[in-house]
Amino acid sequence: MPLIEFSDKGLYCRAGGFYIDPWKPVDKAIITHAHSDHARWGSKYYLCHAQCKPLLQMRLGENNYQAVEWEEKIFVNGVQVSLHPAGHMIGSSQIRIEVNGEVWVVSGDYKIEDDGLSGKFEPVKCNTFITESTFGLPIYNWKPQIEIFQNIRDWVCRNKELGKTSVFIAYSLGKAQRLLQCLPEIGLPIYVHGAIWNAHQAIVSSGFQLPDVKRITYETPKGSYLENIVIAPPGAEGSAWMKRFYPYAVGICSGWMQVRGTVRRKNADAGFALSDHADWKGLLQTVTETTAEKVYVTHGYQAVFSRYLNEIGIAAAEVKTEFGNEEEENSAAVAEAQETIDNKQ
Amino acid sequence: MRQFAELVQTLGTSTKTNEKLDALSEYFSTANDKDKVWVIAIFSGRRPKRAVNSTQLWTWCNELAQLPGWLFEECYHAVGDLAETIALLLPEAIPSDASYPLHYYLETLISIEKQDEAIRKAFILRSWQTMTQPERFVFNKLITGNFRIGVSQNSMVNALAKTVKLDPSVIAHRISGNWDPMATSFADLLSENTLTKDYSKPYPFYLAYAIEDDVNSLGEPVEWQAEWKWDGIRGQMIKRNGELFVWSRGEDLMTDKFPEYHALRNHLPNGVVLDGEILVAQNSSSSQRGDEVFPLPFALLQTRIGRKNVTKKQLTEAPVSFCAYDLLEYEGNDMRETFLIERRVLLEKIVKSINHSALLLSPLIPFSTWEELANLRSQSRNMGSEGIMLKRKDSIYQVGRKRGDWWKWKIDPLVIDAVMIYAQKGHGRRSSLYTDYTFAVKDGDKLVGFTKAYSGLTDKEFAQVDQFVKRNSLEKFGPVRTVKPELVFEIAFEGIAASNRHKSGVALRFPRINRWRKDKTVNEINTIDDLKKMLELYGK
Repeated sequence: MPLIEFSDKGLYCRAGGFYIDPWKPVDKAIITHAHSDHARWGSKYYLCHAQCKPLLQMRLGENNYQAVEWEEKIFVNGVQVSLHPAGHMIGSSQIRIEVNGEVWVVSGDYKIEDDGLSGKFEPVKCNTFITESTFGLPIYNWKPQIEIFQNIRDWVCRNKELGKTSVFIAYSLGKAQRLLQCLPEIGLPIYVHGAIWNAHQAIVSSGFQLPDVKRITYETPKGSYLENIVIAPPGAEGSAWMKRFYPYAVGICSGWMQVRGTVRRKNADAGFALSDHADWKGLLQTVTETTAEKVYVTHGYQAVFSRYLNEIGIAAAEVKTEFGNEEEENSAAVAEAQETIDNKQ
Repeated sequence: MRQFAELVQTLGTSTKTNEKLDALSEYFSTANDKDKVWVIAIFSGRRPKRAVNSTQLWTWCNELAQLPGWLFEECYHAVGDLAETIALLLPEAIPSDASYPLHYYLETLISIEKQDEAIRKAFILRSWQTMTQPERFVFNKLITGNFRIGVSQNSMVNALAKTVKLDPSVIAHRISGNWDPMATSFADLLSENTLTKDYSKPYPFYLAYAIEDDVNSLGEPVEWQAEWKWDGIRGQMIKRNGELFVWSRGEDLMTDKFPEYHALRNHLPNGVVLDGEILVAQNSSSSQRGDEVFPLPFALLQTRIGRKNVTKKQLTEAPVSFCAYDLLEYEGNDMRETFLIERRVLLEKIVKSINHSALLLSPLIPFSTWEELANLRSQSRNMGSEGIMLKRKDSIYQVGRKRGDWWKWKIDPLVIDAVMIYAQKGHGRRSSLYTDYTFAVKDGDKLVGFTKAYSGLTDKEFAQVDQFVKRNSLEKFGPVRTVKPELVFEIAFEGIAASNRHKSGVALRFPRINRWRKDKTVNEINTIDDLKKMLELYGK
């Protein structure tokens, strides 16, 4: 019997009686990270990494949480479970499961490059590896963070020279904090949308050091944004809420910006291919380093990536999950948050 | 090349026309002259011939990147642009400080066009290996064609005009016609040099906007001239220095494609330029009575486009005429500043004196009130026309699309309700979204595909349909998904013709999505018989 089954509620470990990132309420859930497509509401018990817990509290409210450290071995119904850094965002983890010497690893979302915030990704040796494949095409190859950060700073300076505000579009949880490592060096004030402010507060209160940001409220004088920096979540793009920043230029930070067509479709003035997922080479490298005999490929380009793995001699199969709709859901949530702000005005 | 790649990058991502103009004029004031000439050539559709084809490009790219062919195709469908796919897949370049100028690459491409494949391959690989990713993208783009990067020829002309301080209409004329970017210097191109006079040079076309308001707002009917709006190819016929030239609006020299016109070389006086429509007209011997024109469907003209050698059969079945409606040059003088009504008098004189079946006069539609004209307009389809052109009698012939003096007043399109059955990912800004659809009507219990349409939905609607396709695809044939037949759309089109190339037996002219009929189910769509009735009515 496989250690993990693909059920209609999510990835299920029958031996341990728990689910990993279930998309329906269950008794026991182990959570890889706090994004909305992986951490869902309604389960009776959540196991996650210590840094992930405050984020789950922010998103899902008070629940029965158990927090563990990376590589801390615990037993659930006799199944050995441990969490390992996934490098995707703060507190993001891969889940390792072992029964009678057989090891399975669920990657959740991951990236290889150490971004300085999310913990350094470590490949975990296993028999079966369940990997994401968001950017599972060879056109996706990321530049080093240090290089992208420089491009971002250059762009902000150029906007300032042209008398414009730089507005970044970035996920409120993850990408926004990553951007904050790059921007303070420029020395301009940074204003953030309420959704990003909330994430910021949750992360700071859990003991992280993050640069100072100012929350955008209806009381913030309009002139204060000019030639400075704003970070807003994806739902804010093209909305009336953005008018207050005029004149501004929009820069979107996402792996999808690798392709020109996406930048143009989003009407962005600049696209920065800054991703929190593994690129093509990263996926291949990880699969090889896990030394897994069998690979299941989930959300993303699962058909392409699994076919390629089979062709290079690694047994792989695609699995349909309900992960990977983060952007859609985020947009909806943000649109709501925005309305609340706008209504107050 | 680096500077050009930057220009393309700015033009491609900038969302404001002014920024694009600034980037272009900045380029025109700083780039070297030979590169400038090439940029003008490229942005006005004068690309050199393909030195290598797309298959060669992607084969060589795959050799370098060591990828299986199917994976390359998957990437191509995600990116939606061959040049960009290759630029993204090529292994990291060897950093090099030496950046050759744009004209070096273009002129080398021309010089190796007829050389062995090995030589051409060596040049392409060497170029790739020393280029940055943005440079590779524009380089591939130059080779693969259609340089559509978010700037119109008009913007380019305006930027150039601003830089060299000349009127845009003068620039538009100077850069039109036949010139070889390799042999033309920037100074020569923009000066009026009589020594190198180009007798084939056409005038920039004057284009009309569609009328949005009520025609009554145009004022007194007596101030306006009405003509049928023909659905052919807009063209310019030039007779100068004993030679005849026919240009299409896309600035293709089409003289040789239409042998019917050759006889006119002996009839037309020198120093004459006519503006008109290239179309296939009803067998002219019967209708050749002064001002009768009856064009056949555009589909027939299509059988003539793109063919170098025309057969006798085609000449009898699809004889091409030039239906003239304006006179731009007479006795060697530029007539564009004289009033339309005066140009018309001369035009009629010329056409009538020649009296040849290959040259027709676009008739005027007599009318005294707007109501009367509106009634006539409703019969456009019976006249083989797609509506009415309204031109102010005292209008001069302007450059480009301008409001005010010329308007097109088209009839409402034909419409039919159909269901989406196939979807494919789009290109350019729609890459990775399912935006190209095939539609079907009912044929008894079955569905029969009859047209594709790519436009007409808002970005938001496209996103919704894209989601639907992703959740409801039944099968995958290469890039094409078959989709659960559920979404109903109203398809609008300008004309319909019989076709034996399509399973449905019909071919539509300008099909597009008119609206999403969320109120209709697949049971309520039109049938193949409805289409056949339309063919019977309008497709003859």
